[in-house]
Parts: sequence; C-alpha cells; structure tokens
Amino acid sequence: MTDTIVSAEAEAPTTPRMNMIQAINSAMDVMMERDPNVVVMGEDVGFFGGVFRATAGLQAKYGKTRVFDTPINECGIIGVAVGMGAYGLRPVPEIQFADYIYPGMDQLISEAARLRYRSAGEFTAPITVRSPFGGGIFGGQTHSQSPEAIFTHVAGLKTVIPSTPYDAKGLLIAAIEDNDPVIFFEPKRIYNGPFSGHYDRPVQPWSKHPASEVPAGHYRVELGKAKIVRPGAGLTILAYGTMVHVALSVVEEQGIDAEVIDLRTLLPLDIDTVAASVEKTGRCLIVHEATRTSGFGAELSAQVQERCFYALEAPVERVTGFDTPYPHSLEWAYFPGPVRIREAIKKIMKD
Amino acid sequence: MSDATSRPNLPPLRLHVPEPPARPGEEANFDHVTVPPAGEARRPAADAAPADFRDLAYGLVRVLDDDGRAVGPWDPRLSPDRLRTMLRHMALTRAFDERMFRAQRQGKTSFYMKCTGEEAIAVAQAHALAPDDMCFPSYRQQGLLIARGCPLVDMMNQIYSNSGDKLMGRQLPIMYSEKRFGFFSISGNLATQVPQAVGWAMASAIKGDTRIAAAWCGEGSTAEGDFHSACTFSAVYQAPVILNVVNNQWAISSFSGFAGGEATTFAARAVGHGIAGLRVDGNDALAVYAATEWAAERARTNQGPTLIEFFTYRAEAHSTSDDPSGYRSANEGAAWPLGDPIARLKQHLITTGEWDEERHAAMDRDCAEEVKAAQKQAETNGILGHGMHQPFDTMFEGVFENTPAHLLEQARQMRDEREAAGI
Repeated sequence: MTDTIVSAEAEAPTTPRMNMIQAINSAMDVMMERDPNVVVMGEDVGFFGGVFRATAGLQAKYGKTRVFDTPINECGIIGVAVGMGAYGLRPVPEIQFADYIYPGMDQLISEAARLRYRSAGEFTAPITVRSPFGGGIFGGQTHSQSPEAIFTHVAGLKTVIPSTPYDAKGLLIAAIEDNDPVIFFEPKRIYNGPFSGHYDRPVQPWSKHPASEVPAGHYRVELGKAKIVRPGAGLTILAYGTMVHVALSVVEEQGIDAEVIDLRTLLPLDIDTVAASVEKTGRCLIVHEATRTSGFGAELSAQVQERCFYALEAPVERVTGFDTPYPHSLEWAYFPGPVRIREAIKKIMKD
Repeated sequence: MSDATSRPNLPPLRLHVPEPPARPGEEANFDHVTVPPAGEARRPAADAAPADFRDLAYGLVRVLDDDGRAVGPWDPRLSPDRLRTMLRHMALTRAFDERMFRAQRQGKTSFYMKCTGEEAIAVAQAHALAPDDMCFPSYRQQGLLIARGCPLVDMMNQIYSNSGDKLMGRQLPIMYSEKRFGFFSISGNLATQVPQAVGWAMASAIKGDTRIAAAWCGEGSTAEGDFHSACTFSAVYQAPVILNVVNNQWAISSFSGFAGGEATTFAARAVGHGIAGLRVDGNDALAVYAATEWAAERARTNQGPTLIEFFTYRAEAHSTSDDPSGYRSANEGAAWPLGDPIARLKQHLITTGEWDEERHAAMDRDCAEEVKAAQKQAETNGILGHGMHQPFDTMFEGVFENTPAHLLEQARQMRDEREAAGI
C-alpha cells in the first residue's frame, strides 16, 4: 500500500539533490516537456518565476503562451482554467497563497469539481491547483492558513499535501496527469528544509535529508497512498505536510515507539494503511496545523473510531492549531509544536 | 453610530434603493427606454479600435424598421432561405417551450424555463457563429441547440430525467450538456460560464486553433464577480470570445436597476475594460445576426473580445416556479417597445415578398407537430417521478474518473439500505 512507483528513468546513476521548490519546479518542467497541453499560470509566475520561485525558468523554456502571469483575480484564474480544461488543455494554476483561494471557491466547488458528474463525462476539469499553505514563516493571518479540510468536504476534488521533495515531485506529476481536479497544497515552511518544530534552532537544509534525492526525469508517487515514515508499535501518529517532520522530531527526542504515517493524500484517503496501523498500536494521535473544529483531524478521528474502536486503548487525540486566526506575533504560541505534541503523547500513553 | 443631532448643519445621508417604473396594478411604463430609428447606428470596420466606437455601447443597433424593412449599414443581407430557416428555428423554439411548459404543469417534470420573446438572440447567433464555435450558455439559450440541430427528443429526455437522459438524471431540467453541438454543460450558479468561455477561447488561441467561444449571461448576473473576472481576462489576453449579456429587464423579481442598469448600459461595461462594446436590439433577428457576425469576425482575426448587450424583454415568468404578477405590471409585455422577435422577422419576410400568412400558419402547425411527435417518443423513455429511470449505482459513477474506495463503500451501504427497505 505504501510503495511508491518509480520508473526506470528515476533510477539514473546520479540522482540530483533538490529542495522542495526545485522538486516542484522540476515536476512542472517534466510535465511541460512531455505534454504540450500543460500550461502554467498565476500571479507572478511568468517572467519572474513566482514569489517562491516555483516556476522559475519555465517561461523562458516553454514560452509566454504556456507560462504566463494572470490578473490578481482568483475567481478568474480558476474559471479560466476550467474553460481551458474543457478545451482539452491540462492547466496548472498557482494560487499565490492558500489564503487567497477563497474568491475561486465557487469555480472550484460548483464547477471544476462537478463538471464530470453533471455532464456525465462530456466535459472534465483536469486541473491541478498549486498553492503554498501553512504558517511558521511570520506570514500573519492572511499568509499562513491551512484550509485543506474545506476541500476534502467537496465531492469531486482530490486534496494532496507532500512532505518531502521526492514526494512533492512524484505527487505533483501524478496530480497533473490525473483527469480530475486536484488541490495541491505545498507546505511553505518546509520549502527549504524539513522543520523540527523548534523555531529557535537553525534550519536544516533539505540536502541533508534522504528525500532530497530527486530523480531528474519522470516518476509518479500515486495519489491516495499514505506512507509509513517511521514504523513503530506503541502509538500511531497521523500527519501530513510540515507536521510530519515536527511529529517525527518529537518522537525521536522522546524515544517513543510510534508509527508515524504521512497521509500525503487527504482525499482519497488511504484509510487501510491508517486502520492497519491503529489496529496494531491501539492508539492514535492526529496532528495538523489547521484550526481544530471541523478540521481534517475530526474526519480522521471519526474514521479511526468507526474502524478500530475495539482495538483502541485510549481516546483518539488531536493536536492542532487553535480555533483563532493565525496571530502574527504569537505565531509560535499558535503553532502545534513539540510541547503540544509531547503533552498529547503523555496523555494518550498514560494508561 | 454617531449622534445625528451633533451635526445639525449637514443633511442626513439617504440610501438609494432602486424601484422599477411600474409595479402590479400600475400602467407599464417604458419612458426610460430610448428607441432610436433602425439603420441609424454606424457600423465600424471589423478591425476598428474599441476606443473609436464607444458610442455604440450607449446606442442601439437596429436593422428592422417599423415597416419590416431591413435598413442601414448593419443589414446582414441574408438570403431569404436563411431568413426562413431562422424564422422556423425561432418558431420551433417557441413551440418547444409551450409544450414543455405544459408538460411541467401536467406533472411530467419538476421545472421548466421558457425563452419567450428572446428567441432571436440564441437562434440568430447560432446562425452567425460557425457550427463548431464553442457556446457557454446560460439557461435561456435553448435556441442554440435547436438551431444547431440537436434532436428535440434528446432535449426532452433531459427535461424528463428519464432513461434516455444521457446526463443520467443528474441535472435540473433544461441544464443541458451537448458537446457534439458545441454547447457547454449549463451551471445553475450564475455567470460561472463567462470566465470559462474566456478560458476556452484563450486555449483556442494558445493552440493556434480557428474556433472562437461565446458566453451568455443575463443582465442580473453581470453583477457577479465572475462576469468582471471574465471581462478582465478577456481584455488582458485579447481572447477570441463574444460576451453576450441578455438584458431582458428582469432577474426573477429584481429589475435591471439592481444590476446597475439605472446608471448606465450593460454594454458600457466594455468601455471601462477597453474592449469592443455593442448595444443591440435583441428582438431584431437581423441586428442580432449582424452584431454577432461582426464580433465573430473580430474574434477570428485576433481583434479580441466583444461585449454585446442584447436589449430584450422576458415576456413570461422566470421559470415554472415563478409568478411575475406579484412584482411587475401586468401589461408590460404588451407595452414593450421592441415588439416580438418572431412577429418582426415574419413581417420582414412578408414585406419582401418571401413569406405569407398561409405559409406561416403551416410552419406553426409543422412545428407543433414536430414537437408533439418528439414528446411522444421521449415519453416512451419515461417521465420524472414515474419509476426510477437510472440504476441506483449510477449515483456514485463519475464523481471521479475512477471511483475511489470511500465511494465504493458508500455504494455498498446504499445497496444494503435499499435491500433493508425491500426496494
């Protein structure tokens, strides 16, 4: 269930090292090279190459009609992408920050997500919406949000969140090749390096992490497959994006025998991998940065209880952001960091 | 709230809430509508710059005069055969509407929307566009399908959500999707199709194609952000698209003033965006044809988008769920100054010696028969509410290309549920 599929190309003798931005850039480069119907658009993505540099060099390589800037109008960006998809293109629009995606919601929810169903397959929306999300960069309340749960609530959308450069490239390629609309949230806190959760310690670059070995060519990490990033027997921890690394660092620091699962795709969810782990460990801790109430943790908690109730030795525990806007100066008090995770682990392991 | 009495020297602010000229029980009033003589509007060259004809966004392009003659530079000089075909498509659209309205009243379906009084717009535009130009319609452009030759039975199957409905009973009646006729899936969320049409047109330009796109929305839904997004994108990328605003004066019970119609024309939205704008008599099939042909030529020759306001009147209710006697003057339809589009084209053909009353009556009978026969055939596939026309499992198909595990699980749950209920 948790294997990634790597093509022969990917096993080239010299594997370059990439950070997450470079891996995402490489995914788009590979797909634009392979498929002339792939177009990239968004605010500042053209000549400049994106505010996070994710599209750097693509316009120079593929031309202005395949990589271009757009008006500051998310409704228009998604609406135009839907029309391009209906024509037969495979658009990869960027929404500059996940916090800006809301004006495009009607086009995503009522149009992109519903088009295949309502037209009985006559028209589809093979769109991959890329958007940096999450906090930890002092972005304040409009550059830090994690709105993933909203999208998992929508019939017809897939929601994908990578946690490493290797996965980011393979998942983004799989998302672009997918014939349904995919929301691809990029955890911007870990664009340049994995994050332990200790904001007061120096940042480790991706180059020291094994998952920064990213094949230059085409490979896929299939959507809908979770990955066990650390096997263990005493506790299951479910996380995605930045929080995978924060959870791992707490587990290592505390010396806990936890199995850490990186969900990678929230919808469709790999519940089989999750349930098998919880059946084994009897305890389940869910970690996400998003606000708590009606967050994706609520869905995970419900599904784990539905499937694993008789195996559970403690109530399912959630570690999340608080139900407040993301506060600028109090960012690290908001962030579900090592202390909150440690306390939750103590609670769930008590009996 | 501040204390109003603390600034006695200033007048109190007043909120303006628009009010239509006439309400039920009052005489219809169209004093605010200026109808310039037919033939008066100039016709710029198809490669003229939008800034050179801004006045056309405030005027009214008209071809048919009060005597039914085609006059002025916008006369598209169509052959009598073409005009007779357009007349027939308009009459067929009206006959189809009559029949389906009645079917809804007979309980054969849940909902219907007529386009009475607006037939010239979709029909003449379908004739002016190339058959493979892509249409992103709103819900009152059934004339596009009829003029492009979509079988009436297929349309009725959709309206009945029956076993012949290729949309598998998933969509509200009249929300057709007809890819083979270049007709995009209709959305119930208004104006979403306008930026989509721009995107389709951009894609066509990216690919070096020759096909253009067209979108339709009502004057009411020009207030949606999507409409303004579409205008911006179309202007920025000079997209080969025609943005049609069907100003039929009413958005359910809200008159055009609630979309900004008191302040300016809807065609004037083009002026701020620097794109070509035309305001056209929507009940004049020749003017509709000519404006569309001109805009299509601009789009096809990389002159960019055109926004066309078609000035018309919604002669009947918004839908079968609506009763306009509750909000507008009863004699508005009769007092409408631009007449009926079918009557005007008929008069033109008779004036030019290409038509007569007998042939018109025979055409109407033919249309009624054609619709009746189609209805009979469609009803052999069932009507809404009489039995389940789609297998239950189809509910879970097509949410995604490949049905994921959680939906398969829910499909099993539904089957168990039906079994438990003995169905």
